[in-house]
This record gives sequence, C-alpha cells and structure tokens, in this order.
Amino acid sequence: MKGRDLTELAVRNLREAVLRNSLTTLGVAVGVASLVAMLSLGVGLQALASQRLNKSGLFDAVFVTARRGRGMGGPGGGPERASAPNPAGKREVAKPLDEGSRQEFAKLADVTEVYPQIRFFTDVKYGGASFSTNVLGLPESSRATGSFDGMTGKYFSSPTAEEAILQAEFAKELTAEPATLVGKELVLRYAQRNETSAADIAKEKDIDKQMDEMMSGAISIVTREKKLRIAGITDADPSAGVGGFGGGRVFVPLRTAEALHVAQPNDVQDFVRAGGSNKPTYMALTVRVKSPKDVTRVEEAIKKMGYSTFSLLDATRSLRLVFTVFDLFLGLFGSLALTVASLGIINTLVMAILERRREIGVLKALGATDRDVRSLFFAEAGAMGLFGGIFGVALGWLIGQTLTWGTTIYLKRQDLPGVKISHVPWWLAGGAIAFAVVVSLVAGLYPAARAAKLNPVEALRYE
Amino acid sequence: MASGAISNAVIEPPRNGALLRALNVARSYRLGEALIHAVHDVSLDIRGGEFVALLGSSGSGKSTLLNLLAGLDTPTAGAIHVGGKNLAELDPEGLARYRRDTVGMVFQSFNLLPRMTLEENVELPLRLAEVDRSERQARVGEALERVRLGARKQHRPSELSGGEQQRGALARALVNRPAILFADEPTGNLDSVNGEQILLLLQEIQNSMGMTVVMVTHERPLAERFASRIVMLSDGRLVG
Repeated sequence: MKGRDLTELAVRNLREAVLRNSLTTLGVAVGVASLVAMLSLGVGLQALASQRLNKSGLFDAVFVTARRGRGMGGPGGGPERASAPNPAGKREVAKPLDEGSRQEFAKLADVTEVYPQIRFFTDVKYGGASFSTNVLGLPESSRATGSFDGMTGKYFSSPTAEEAILQAEFAKELTAEPATLVGKELVLRYAQRNETSAADIAKEKDIDKQMDEMMSGAISIVTREKKLRIAGITDADPSAGVGGFGGGRVFVPLRTAEALHVAQPNDVQDFVRAGGSNKPTYMALTVRVKSPKDVTRVEEAIKKMGYSTFSLLDATRSLRLVFTVFDLFLGLFGSLALTVASLGIINTLVMAILERRREIGVLKALGATDRDVRSLFFAEAGAMGLFGGIFGVALGWLIGQTLTWGTTIYLKRQDLPGVKISHVPWWLAGGAIAFAVVVSLVAGLYPAARAAKLNPVEALRYE
Repeated sequence: MASGAISNAVIEPPRNGALLRALNVARSYRLGEALIHAVHDVSLDIRGGEFVALLGSSGSGKSTLLNLLAGLDTPTAGAIHVGGKNLAELDPEGLARYRRDTVGMVFQSFNLLPRMTLEENVELPLRLAEVDRSERQARVGEALERVRLGARKQHRPSELSGGEQQRGALARALVNRPAILFADEPTGNLDSVNGEQILLLLQEIQNSMGMTVVMVTHERPLAERFASRIVMLSDGRLVG
C-alpha cells in the first residue's frame, strides 16, 4: 500500500474510535509536555545565566596587567626583581602597560574593545560637605551590560560628557532623597599626575636639579578639582569584581576619566622601573573579545607579548558542565511520563486488534500483505505520537510560560525585575516531537506484529 | 513480476484447459488431542469461465476447500495450481498478491468495513493493489454501476439492506477485475428473493466478463439453477 493510502486509512481509523484514541494521544501529549517543560526550564535557566554572565563582561574579556617581579606588592615584600626568567633562561624586561600596548592589543583578531582600568580615590564635594570615595571610569560598552537598567536618571549623554552616575548607597550619603540629585552638580577633588616637560625643566634654575630631571624625567602629583553633572543614580553593586563595574561608587565616562590624568597606584613603580620615563602607564587593561570562545587565543597572544593575563573562561566551562548534567536529569525525569504514555499506546492498539480482528481478516482476504497490516498499525501508532507530540510541545510551552509568569509576579513583589526562565528553542520542539513519534512507533511494534500474524480464516470467523 | 505473483494477465491454463487444479489436497487441524481432517484427498479441475458450485451439508469441508482454492489457507498436503503456479509453495506475501490480483471474494456475512462508506469499501482493493489514483474513481463507479448501487455510494453499510450490502461486497470483489470469483454462501444471510437477485447478478457478471465463479452453498436448488457444474462434498471428500 502506498504511503498516502496508509496515512489516510490510519487517520480514518483513529477518527472512528475518537474518544479512546484521543485519550491515548492526550497521554502522549502530557508525557511530551512534561519533557518539554522540564527541558525548557533547563534551557531557559542556562540562557538566563549565560546572558547575565555575558552581559557582566566577565566571560568575554581578558584582563591584562604588566608582568611584575616577585616581592613587590605581595605580603611581606622582598627584594624586587626587574624581570622573571623565561624557559630559555634569559631574563626578560617587564613591559609596561601603556598606550602602545593598548593599540597592539586592539589590533589582535576578534578584539572588539581595549580599555584601561581607571579607578581612583577622590573627595566628592556636595552641598558644602565632603565625602571620600572611589571613582571608576566606565567604557561605552558598559551601557549594554544591563547593569544600569532601571537606574534613576539616564546613562551618560556622550563618551566624553562631564557627568557622573552615583551608586545608590553613596547617593544616600549625600542626601536622604537620592533621586533629587539628578541634574545637580558635584565637584571631584582628585590627584592628577603631571609630567614635567622639557620647557619646565629648562625653567628650573638649579642646574644640578635640571641635570637630574633631564636624565630621569619627572612626574608630579597635584590636586585638581572637576565639576560634574549628576546624570543618574544606579543600584549597580560596587563589589561586582574584577573586570566588572565594581570598585567604584561614582562612575564617570572612561574618556572623561582619562582626560583627568589621574595618578594611579602603579605610577611610581612604573616610573622607577622605566628609568624615569614619564610616559603614562596603565594599572590594567581590559581586552574584550567577540565571544567567549575567542578568549583563549587572545589571552595566549597577549601572554606572548610579555604581559600577565587573567580570564574567567574556565568558570564558564564548569558552568556548562553543570547545566548539561542538569538538563540530562531534567530530561530523564520528563521522559518518565512519556514512557508511561507509550504503555497507553500499546494498550490502545492491542484493544484495537481485538475489536478489529474481523476487519484485519477482510483486509487480508482482499490481498493485504502482512507488511500492509503491520504498516497500518505502525501508522496509527505514529500518528498518535505525532499529534500527541505537537500538542505536547504546545502544552509544554504553555506550562513554561505559566511558570515564567508566576516567577515574574513573585520577583516583582520582591522589587526585582522579571526574568524569562523557560525557553523552547526549535531544536527542543522538533526533538520532542521526533522522540514522541519514535517512542510511539516502538510501542506499536508488538501490536503491529500481532495484527500482521493473524490468520485470515480465523479472523474472518471472529464475532 | 515478483516471484509468487499471479494475475489474470499471465494465467495460462494447464494442457488439459483447467484454470484451477487441485491435486490430492488435504487440510487437517489439531484440536487438542484430536486431528480433524477438514478436507481429505480432494482432486478437482475448474476450467476458465465455469460456474462451479461446491455443495454439501454443514461441516462437509466445502468452505475449507474454498479457502484453500482462494489462497486464504494453506493445504497440509497436495497441490493447488493456478496458472501454472502451486499455491502451496507460495510464501504469505505471494499468497496475498494472488488474492489481490487474481481473486475476488464474497462472504456470507458481507464483511463490508462498517466505518467506511460503500464507495470507500469498494475502493479498498484498489488501494491495496496500488492502482493509480486517477483511475480509481472510474473503476469504483463502474463496479457500483454493475451491481446497480451507484446512487448509494456515500452510505455506510449500516444504512444499507442485506441485499444491498451483498451487492456492495460483490462490487468490491469485482473492482480489481479478478480472474476467479469465490463466493462463500453468498445468499446465506439473505431472504430467498434477495438471494436469487444476487445469484442472477453473479451469473450476469460471469457471462459478461467471462469470469470463473466458484460458489459454496448448501442449497441444492440454487446450485442446480445457476451453476454449470456441481461438486459434492461430504466429510471432507468429494462424492459422486
């Protein structure tokens, strides 16, 4: 029998015992729905975690610092070494992290952005009072991280705006009503790093001092003040960690911060190490890449250039493993219901064989082969699996949406933003339907074989 | 054509002109400890175009012999030749093809599928034979017109009288244009009027299509009136 005839006969047969076949199909649908709902939770939670982590800027970034000798800055101190030996035994000169290295990193393949970490101590003057805190320069890409979603006021109007965003806890120190700060002005009092130029050296009257400065260059630290307009108040957590936008309670655009030429903790060390060169250096650079999979390669390239690097890529690998195992167990539990539903298919089809015994005998008398009869029952089982699978996917999606809706209501009551915890990608929908069809066909094996083996003479006698 | 396939297009009568030849055919069943010989050592030749009635009382083995000749059952001994092929040597697939392509069957209890309309019932053999869809409607229409049921094709069997159901079953048996029509007590569930009508129809079709008809019946008057030859069975053996 041709496929189309088989399908038509199968669907017709299913329509005839509509209640029984509908209930069996519903059983399959419930099984598929539980599988889809479980896995959609796993997929949704994984997507949520990945999205949050990717937005945090922690997992698609390489954090670069200059290679420093042992003993400096560590607990207990110790004699400083200017360089560390490489595997060939040669001592390398520790390279400073400066504008030149920043541009080298920017030229690497798949690098999207390179920016320095500019974080400095400041006195904030507002309303006649003074408040000490740290300021952090934010790159333009920080807007897309979602960290500033839901803030009071607005993000910076431009990358060079003379504006500040205050962290909510700090804003409360300035005034009891932080929202009223938006649009007001504050003054940052900070330490500026000044290089002494050749003209300035020439002005020096003391010739010995002039000679010293010409040989070694000079930097000086002076206090400066900068007026900034408060653009917004944010709840972003100041302790978000390395590479995130933590470590500051006042945020300014990075380019504005760079223009301040703030003295950084590494300035003195880099000045001495560089033999008195007054070229500015960076404490650290963040190198952002297109996707987490590019991190390893870029990190290796930067290490070869002579810098120290750090990335959180290994953490994402562990996270993926956790979610994979999580999905596996969710899938197994979800499949249990479908397994039970497959027993329903076996039962329905075996009952159908008993009821349609004579019909099978007639089909065989008319020339149906054993294969035709087997295929007919297979087709009926497959049709129940297909319809049950499609309906089950829809039901599973609905369950996921209901869970998301309920979760959002709960989160909103806790003053937290809603999240999408369930997601049914196309591969899950297609895979669940295919799985339902396969399970149904397997369930149909025994009834189909039994129907095919019926003796037509005995079947025709059956009342 | 695949091995074991027999169709009216390739049937060649053996040298003595018999379309169908049964040679020392036997069929036995084990029923607990006992061995029942339903058919015992039956030899029979049927020529093309004959109307043969298998006559006998209940339990004489006539239906069993009919089932063997129609390929619904396999003999425990002997051979059944149709068009030079021995049915006893065919596998289940081969027998199914024989039933599909060479044979038409009519039963005492009509055996129309209750869930299908008359038209769908008559179309069923064409689906099994994988006849092209474009041909089916015409052939179904032709078969239903032949039994004068063209106007009832959308009705289900439950909406038809006994006589109409049996005519519908006859249309189904004819739609594939078989070489041989086997009828097992076709009038058994009908009153005498309807029964006679069915046999008249059968005779008319047999004459117009040159078909071979083998009919099982226990009614001697009907057999004598419509069959060109009567074969008597008793206790599984030919008599007379």
